[in-house]
Amino acid sequence: MTETFIDESQNRSLWGDVWAQYKTHRGALAGTAVFLFILLAVFIGPFIYDVDPQYLDIRAKNQGPSWEHLLGTDQLGRDMLAQVLQGGRVSLAVGVIAMFISLVLGTFIGLMAGYFKWLDGPLMRLTDLFLALPLLPLLLVIIMLFRDTLRSMFGPETGIFLLIVFIIGITSWMNTARIVRGDVLAQKEREFVLAAKSIGTPSRRIIGRHIFPNVLSPIMVSATLGVANAIITESALSFLGLGFPSDFPTWGRLLFDGANYMTLTPARVIWPGLAISLTVLSVNFIGDGLRDALDPRIRGR
Amino acid sequence: MRLTHFMMAAAGASLLATTALAGSHEARGRDGHANIIYWQAASILNPYLSGGTKDIDASSMIIEPLAHYDENGNMVPTLVEEIPTVANGGVSEDLTSITWKLKEGLKWSDGSPVTSADVVFTGEYCMNPEGGCQQLAKFDDVTGIEALDDLTVKITFGKPKPFPYGPFVGASVPVIQAKQFENCVGAAAPTCTEQNFGPIGTGPFVVTEFRANDTISLAANENYREASKPAFATITFKGGGDAAAAARSVLETGEFDYAWNLQIAPEILAQMEAKGKGTVLSGFGPLVERLMVNLTDPDPALGDERATVKHPHPFLSDKAVRQALSMAIDRELLVEVGYGKAGKVTCNVLPSPEIYNSTANDSCKVQDIAGANALLDAAGWVRGSDGIREKDGVRLSILYQTSTNAVRQDFQALIKQWWGEIGVETELKNIDAAVFFGGDQSSPDTFQKFFADIEMYANTFDGTDPEAYMGNWACDKIPSPENAWLGSNMPRYCNPEYDAMVKEMAGTADINERARLAKAMNDMLMQDYVMIPLVHRGNVAAASNTLDGVKLNVWDSDLWNVADWSRK
Repeated sequence: MTETFIDESQNRSLWGDVWAQYKTHRGALAGTAVFLFILLAVFIGPFIYDVDPQYLDIRAKNQGPSWEHLLGTDQLGRDMLAQVLQGGRVSLAVGVIAMFISLVLGTFIGLMAGYFKWLDGPLMRLTDLFLALPLLPLLLVIIMLFRDTLRSMFGPETGIFLLIVFIIGITSWMNTARIVRGDVLAQKEREFVLAAKSIGTPSRRIIGRHIFPNVLSPIMVSATLGVANAIITESALSFLGLGFPSDFPTWGRLLFDGANYMTLTPARVIWPGLAISLTVLSVNFIGDGLRDALDPRIRGR
Repeated sequence: MRLTHFMMAAAGASLLATTALAGSHEARGRDGHANIIYWQAASILNPYLSGGTKDIDASSMIIEPLAHYDENGNMVPTLVEEIPTVANGGVSEDLTSITWKLKEGLKWSDGSPVTSADVVFTGEYCMNPEGGCQQLAKFDDVTGIEALDDLTVKITFGKPKPFPYGPFVGASVPVIQAKQFENCVGAAAPTCTEQNFGPIGTGPFVVTEFRANDTISLAANENYREASKPAFATITFKGGGDAAAAARSVLETGEFDYAWNLQIAPEILAQMEAKGKGTVLSGFGPLVERLMVNLTDPDPALGDERATVKHPHPFLSDKAVRQALSMAIDRELLVEVGYGKAGKVTCNVLPSPEIYNSTANDSCKVQDIAGANALLDAAGWVRGSDGIREKDGVRLSILYQTSTNAVRQDFQALIKQWWGEIGVETELKNIDAAVFFGGDQSSPDTFQKFFADIEMYANTFDGTDPEAYMGNWACDKIPSPENAWLGSNMPRYCNPEYDAMVKEMAGTADINERARLAKAMNDMLMQDYVMIPLVHRGNVAAASNTLDGVKLNVWDSDLWNVADWSRK
């Protein structure tokens, strides 16, 4: 991206401009603040609030918030705050990494399919194929085939983590690919691309310098949706017993476990639910702000 | 509603104004409509083609066996005059035949008489080798069923049967009408949709509409043998949803009158019951939630010989370890957390009926962490630097699997913590119930394959006789690749003394002697700690407070006495 510097003497850079525009988007700033807060809370929080999230204190079950248990306890007396913090680490890590995998895959396939006409057919049929695959049976087969191997190689938790991240990543890139392809098709007919072609710019440069930056905004938006999707898919897998072990908290699992106790201790669904919603919402706002900031036609207006 | 009125009018008319029935003070169909919800929907009304409880229960309103079990587990006559025994001459002295005598004047719901030919036909229907009958085990050792006259049936067995009440006793083996099913024998059985979805029966209700996996509409049987029953003119049997929703629909909203099989956390159930619309019922059969201990090595490195008797387990083959695992468990607390009123502490795998319940193992009722630690110390298992015990390089690290169910996951978490206190490391795994209990040959996650160290589930048996159930742990019932992983001896327990007792029981008729043997077998299993019983589970159901006459029956269909139900 260093080539995109416009004018060194005025000391303005693309990313400087982007930041200047980003700052003016209040929602994006709020989203960034919330997301950073959640990140800090789940990664540093457990060192400050050092209650073992898996310790059962059965005498203190189904309690409301108190000084001892800030968010109350679950039906086996596990501390909710500790579980939400611990669960957040896993959920965020799964969400972000799986999103990243699907984004890279989806963008690459979308760019290739959109730019090279001869690749369009095969790649889009591949996308259709993946879209048509029944996801759950596929997951069942993959997990059954590789679980034991990974478990013995990396231990139960890391092994399952890698597997889940990989599975979610390779089964959720299709929407990104389709959106990117559509946008690339529109961009490559524009005059500046024609101009670049006419002076003999090789394809990879055209894609890298002219097309990719222009399709960045839909990619950003689908990235934010992808994080939410990955967090939710992980919870569905955990619920079916294919995900992490049942005593390994993630936001999705906490939510599912708490659903039955909704009328008894509503806090059990509110907190993990709120954490998921806030994360997804703040990531969405960040995406929105980035989209605006990255679009040169909006920037500076 | 129009249908209801029509049915009630028809009921009134056909009873000839109830005048002929001076004794009966109330008319059939007087209480209108009732709604029953089963959160697993019925898919067929022929128990011979389905092993599902939901299907058997639904069909029990329509077709009936010769005798059934009441709520105390006693056999009571349904279509017969009395229960045949050796004493009344119904069972032959050598225990090889039983003779049933039908009541006189019984009619099918289409008005034709019930005869012994129907019973004979039903037996042939199930025993047809091409029929795929699900209840074939009930007809084990039957060599012949013959009609002695219009009302008398004699069943002959190939060897002495101390308990000859398999065929035609209980809701899973009802009598079907020969005329209706005559073209549905053998391979044609599953293709007879009309018959399987709307059998003609002797029960209190007849099917008016059957929507598979959804709803069954039923109306009172005009030819039912008791003129004043059933009290309800119509019944809707709705299927689908989940246990919590079903409980809510009876206890909180009152939409339904009866809901079945409610395995929900006790505090949630209590909260629903507090709304005052319905009552939670529980009854205790022989259902026991237990841990199965794998005596064979499930190491994936062993390939095809994984979890087979060729490789004993590295540490669970040590009895001291198994015993310590059992001692560390606080069963009182498990009952409180998981079942409340619907569970009892048990130290036996055969806790019911009462005469079979042993008291020899009651020490397990109290948790003894210190004792378990001492036992492991004495056996040479010492704690390593991370607090996990080991001996000769073998770590006490357990993979503990069960099906996905909120209560079971709670149990796993609790037991993991207790085992942690005695220096045993536990990894939890839960598997979708459809896979775990599915028996799919290609899946590594079934409970028969048992590719784990410990697994947890509940098991029970039909009826009141434990002979077949206790036979489950004989050497020849060990699941292995050779027998396609069929068999129910999950711990892979093999003890010649035990097998000898199984054989002895098969040849013993005296009930007290049978009880002694059953107890001895139970004690042997318990004292070898190959199974660790946790909770004696009750069946839980919910009934509306406006419903009268509901008696939860764990020995037979939940709807066994639906003819006696009425509105308060």
